[in-house]
Amino acid sequence: MSKCLSGNEAVAFAMKQINPDVMGAFPITPSTEIPEYFAKYVANGEVNTEYVTVESEHSSMSVCVAAEAAGARSVCATSSCGLALMYEILYVAASDRLPITLACVNRALSGPININNDHSDSMGARDTGWIQIYAENNQEAYDNFLMAMPVGENPSVRLPVMTCMDGFITSHAVENIELLETDAVRSFVGEYSPENYLLKKENPLSVGPYDISAYYMEHKVMEAQAMKNAKARILEVAAEFEKISGRHYGLFEEYRMEDAELAMVLIGSSAGTAKATVDKLREDGVKAGLIKIRVFRPFPGEELAQALSKTKAVAVMDKSEGFSANGGPLFAETRSALYDLKERPYLIDIVYGLGGRDFKTEDAEKVFERLSNIVATSETGPVYSHMGQREREAKE
Amino acid sequence: MIHAKDINEHTPLEDLTPGGEIYESGTARAVDTGTWRTDTPVFIAEACKHCMLCVPFCPDSAIPVKDGKRLDFDFMHCKGCGICVTVCPFAAIKMVSGGENE
Repeated sequence: MSKCLSGNEAVAFAMKQINPDVMGAFPITPSTEIPEYFAKYVANGEVNTEYVTVESEHSSMSVCVAAEAAGARSVCATSSCGLALMYEILYVAASDRLPITLACVNRALSGPININNDHSDSMGARDTGWIQIYAENNQEAYDNFLMAMPVGENPSVRLPVMTCMDGFITSHAVENIELLETDAVRSFVGEYSPENYLLKKENPLSVGPYDISAYYMEHKVMEAQAMKNAKARILEVAAEFEKISGRHYGLFEEYRMEDAELAMVLIGSSAGTAKATVDKLREDGVKAGLIKIRVFRPFPGEELAQALSKTKAVAVMDKSEGFSANGGPLFAETRSALYDLKERPYLIDIVYGLGGRDFKTEDAEKVFERLSNIVATSETGPVYSHMGQREREAKE
Repeated sequence: MIHAKDINEHTPLEDLTPGGEIYESGTARAVDTGTWRTDTPVFIAEACKHCMLCVPFCPDSAIPVKDGKRLDFDFMHCKGCGICVTVCPFAAIKMVSGGENE
């Protein structure tokens, strides 16, 4: 079934098809439409979800934690400062091993206050113990949300999942996408059936106990192991999903990488723009390629290193600053992943697109030009830089 | 399924539960938290009228009751907060300094 939907409506529609038990609902631009559409489904009796309106995102995530622990499948949506306000509870959800699903519509963090897209919100939450899956477009936003629960709820994983899409660019743009039949979605996603939950009367459960130093480290190692396990599970679920949808997903997408010498690594909607540039450069005989990271947590380090091992120069594109003074978060992961290669490509980091700053095919071309100069001169130049900002012309 | 009584500081992580969840209730009873006490209540049995007012006020259920009689404190769980002293109408409890009970 083909339909014209915005990214937000596509995710809300996925939620409707899943028919979760509980939604913790609080609005924030640009994710507001998700609970808004969903409220309509609730009002129309199209879902049986307990729709809990709260006074903040700290509370919406707390609702999800409590409901999920009780044995109810819980969903939530947020953006930007909303995600930041959830921060404390994001850790609680992950460490209590509660597979909540959160639609994160990526937006810049304040301040200065800005409602447009970059990845600083979810990148700030990258170490919370949540699985993070990023979408390039509306179709992927829909598909990723459907795959989230079978990944997170699996006993080998038991971690919450954040599905991310770019604010406005993806969340508000309307695209024609393929939807699955609701019956197919329900049998694919299945029922949430945890072995233990608060409402199980045979053995009342205690969740989130005080964990003294004699136990905390063990529980963190178990959580880290679960995140490692998630990688195989994500691929397993993707393979199952391909059977019912015909759409293929991996940990990342390799675009024209077979013999690529110059490559770009990026996340989200900019991939669509950069692919057009790669196509153009290929026509001109430039061996350009692109890797779009889909799964950022767990980070596919070994697989990425393998995929980049034959390249000569790579530009990592970070859509969040990070303020490490040493490059953005995607760069840190990528550079770390490449360290184990015997022969490494030249590697640069370019921070771009902050707070909704445009990223055009010409910008992508400039990046590839830089890469080709690096290969020609064997000089990397500044390893970490920004693009798209206004600066005074450099004097001769 | 592993029970709280079978988990201790030597249990390997493979035998622990995800997130430290506990598959039963009332397990705090097994943990000695009386060591946190810096002041200690003393029960004066001859002054006690067994009105039981102190029992529901105790935040730690550290006042045992048997056959309608209030017994001496459960010092494994009493934190020495002194709420019982305040609510007792008969001066049957007094606080002494220090965590040790006689």
